[in-house]
Amino acid sequence: MEFLTALINGLSSGGTYAIIALGYTMVYGIARMLNFAHGDIIMVGGYAMYVTLLLAGHPLIALAAAILFCTLLGVTVEKLAYKPLRGASPLAVLITAIGVSFLLQSLAQIVFGSSPKMPVKLQIPGAVSLGTFKIDYSTLITLAVTVVIMTALTLFIKYSKTGRAMVAVSEDRDAALLMGINTNAIITITFAVGSALAAVAGYLMLMKAPSLSNTLGAMPGIKAFTAAVIGGIGSIPGAMVGGILLGVVEALSFSVPALAPFTEAVEFSILIIVLLVKPSGILGKARREKV
Amino acid sequence: MMNMQKARSFVKTYLNYLVIGALLLVFALLSLTGNMSSGNLYLLEKIAIAIVLAISLSMVVGFLGELSLGHAGFMCVGAYVGGKISVLLVEALGNGILAVALSLLVGGIAAALFGVIIGLPALRLRGDYLAIVTLAFGEIVRTLVMNLPETLFGGTLGLESPRYDKKHLFIVGFVCVLLCLAVIQNLIKSKHGRAIKSIRDNEIAARTMGIDITRYKLFVFTVSSFFAGVAGVLYSYSNYRIQSANFDYNYSIEILVMVVLGGMGSINGSMVAAALITFLNVKLQTLLTGDLAVLQNLLYAAILIVIVIYKNAPGLKGFRERYNLKTLIQRLSGKKQLPEAAEESGKEDA
Repeated sequence: MEFLTALINGLSSGGTYAIIALGYTMVYGIARMLNFAHGDIIMVGGYAMYVTLLLAGHPLIALAAAILFCTLLGVTVEKLAYKPLRGASPLAVLITAIGVSFLLQSLAQIVFGSSPKMPVKLQIPGAVSLGTFKIDYSTLITLAVTVVIMTALTLFIKYSKTGRAMVAVSEDRDAALLMGINTNAIITITFAVGSALAAVAGYLMLMKAPSLSNTLGAMPGIKAFTAAVIGGIGSIPGAMVGGILLGVVEALSFSVPALAPFTEAVEFSILIIVLLVKPSGILGKARREKV
Repeated sequence: MMNMQKARSFVKTYLNYLVIGALLLVFALLSLTGNMSSGNLYLLEKIAIAIVLAISLSMVVGFLGELSLGHAGFMCVGAYVGGKISVLLVEALGNGILAVALSLLVGGIAAALFGVIIGLPALRLRGDYLAIVTLAFGEIVRTLVMNLPETLFGGTLGLESPRYDKKHLFIVGFVCVLLCLAVIQNLIKSKHGRAIKSIRDNEIAARTMGIDITRYKLFVFTVSSFFAGVAGVLYSYSNYRIQSANFDYNYSIEILVMVVLGGMGSINGSMVAAALITFLNVKLQTLLTGDLAVLQNLLYAAILIVIVIYKNAPGLKGFRERYNLKTLIQRLSGKKQLPEAAEESGKEDA
C-alpha cells in the first residue's frame, strides 16, 4: 500500500517535471541552447500568481495572469539576451543563460524579500479515499493536467502548421529558412509556449505546497532538465518519459528511510547511468557530427 | 643588445610571478611587523583562495572550452577531507607549517581523485550535458557530506578545523597561488597546452590530428580539481568552521563570473578579476546587509550577461572593434586611431 501511494505521488510529481522538461526540450530542439533560466520563469510565474491573488482573488485568474506574464517574460528574455548571441559559441550562450537565471532570482529577492510567501489560496485540500487508500485532489488534478497538456502539445506539433514548422526548424534550421519558414518567429513561439508551460507547472507546484521563494524553480528546473536529458533532449515524448521516470524514482527513493536523505544523489546518479549507457537519452536520436 | 632582449622577454614571461611575489613580500613584511589589521589579513586570505579557484577553473572554461558548474563541489571535497586530516595532523605533528602543507596536499589529492571518478563517465559528454552533470555532482557532494554521520564530517553543524596563525596564513595562501600559477601557466605553454587549446577550438580537427581527447580532458579536469581542493583546504583554515551550504551552486557561479570577467583564456585576467571581485565582496559584505546583500548577486548577473554578449555577439563585431580597452588606452595616451581606419580593418576581417 505504501508502495502504491509512493508510486502515485511519483507519477504526479513526475508529471510536473515532465511539463517543465517540455519547455527545456522544445527550446533545446529548436534554438539549440540550454535555457538555464527556464526554472526561474516558474518562480516568476509563482510571484505573478501571488500578486494577482492579492488583487483579484480567484486562483484561475491568477493562473491566467501568470501564463500571460511568463509568456511575455520568456519572449523578452529571448529577444534581449539570447537572440544577439545566435551564431556565437554554445559556451557563451550557456553562460548568458546562467546570468539570466541569476538575474531573475536576485530581482525577485529584491522585490519580494527573502522570506517565503504563502499563497494558500492556491492550495486544494481534501482527498479521495478508497477504503484505507487515499489520493489527494491535488495529485489527481496534476495527473489530469499533465495528460491534457501532453495530448494537446502532441496534437499541436503533429497537425498545426506552426507545430510542423517547429519540427522542420529543429531538424534543419537553414533548410527550414529556405523553405520560407520564419525561423526567428518559430524560435520566439517556442519560448512563448515553453514559458506558458512553466507557469502551469508553477501553479501545480504551489497547489501542492504553497511556499514561494526566489529559489522555487531552481532545483525543480535542474531536475526537469535532467529528466529531459534522460528522456533524450529535443524529443517531446522523451521529456514526458524522462519526467515521469524521474518523479517515480524520486518518490520511491524518498519512501525508503535509508535512501531518503540521499534522494537527490540517487536522481542525479540515474542521469549519469543513462548517459553512460545511451548518451542520446532513452528516446533521443543520436546526432552524427559532420565535418 | 641580446641580453637586453633576453631580459625583456624574461620579464614579460614572468611578470605575473614578479608582481605577486613583490606584493607578497610587502604584505608579509607589514604583517610580520604587526602593521596589518585582522580585516585586511582576512581579505588577503580570501583573495588568495579566489585566485587559486579562478585560475583552476579558467583552465577548464578558458582553455579546454568546457563549462564546469561543480567547481565548488571539488572545493568542498578538498575542504572537508583536508580539514579532517588537518585535525589529525595537528595532534600528531603539532600546529606547524608541516601540518598545513600536508593537509593542503591531501585535500588537493582527494579532490583530484573525485575529479577522475566524476570525469571518467562525464567526459564522454560535452557542452550543456557536461555542465549539467558537473552541477549535479556539486549537489551530490553537498548532500552526501551533510548526511554522513556527524562523527565523520560534523553533519549539518559543519566541520571545525584547527586554527593557524593568521599572520602567516595568507602567506601560505599566496605561495599556493604562485604554485598553481606555475603549474597551470607552464602547462598551457607546453605542447600539452596547445593540444588542450586545439580541443577547445575544434574537437573533431584535434581528434583527426591524433590528440587523445578523453585523456586530455580528464587530465585538465584532474589538475583543475586538485587546485580547487587546495583552495578548499585554505578555505577551511581561513574560516575555522565549514558547512556544506558554503559550497553551493552560487559559489560555483561566482568563480565563473571571475573567469568570464577576466577574459576567458587569460590567466592574468582571471587573477585580476578574482582579486577585484573578492575585494568588492568583502567590502560590500559590511555595507549591504540583510535583503540588500542580494544586490551583489544582481551585479554579478548583470556583469556576466553584458560581458558575454559584448564579447561574443556576432552583431556587435564592429562596435567591439571601435570601443574596446585597447583603443581606449590608445586614445587616452594620445596615439589617436581614426575610427574610420578601425572600421575598415573590421570590414576586412569580416
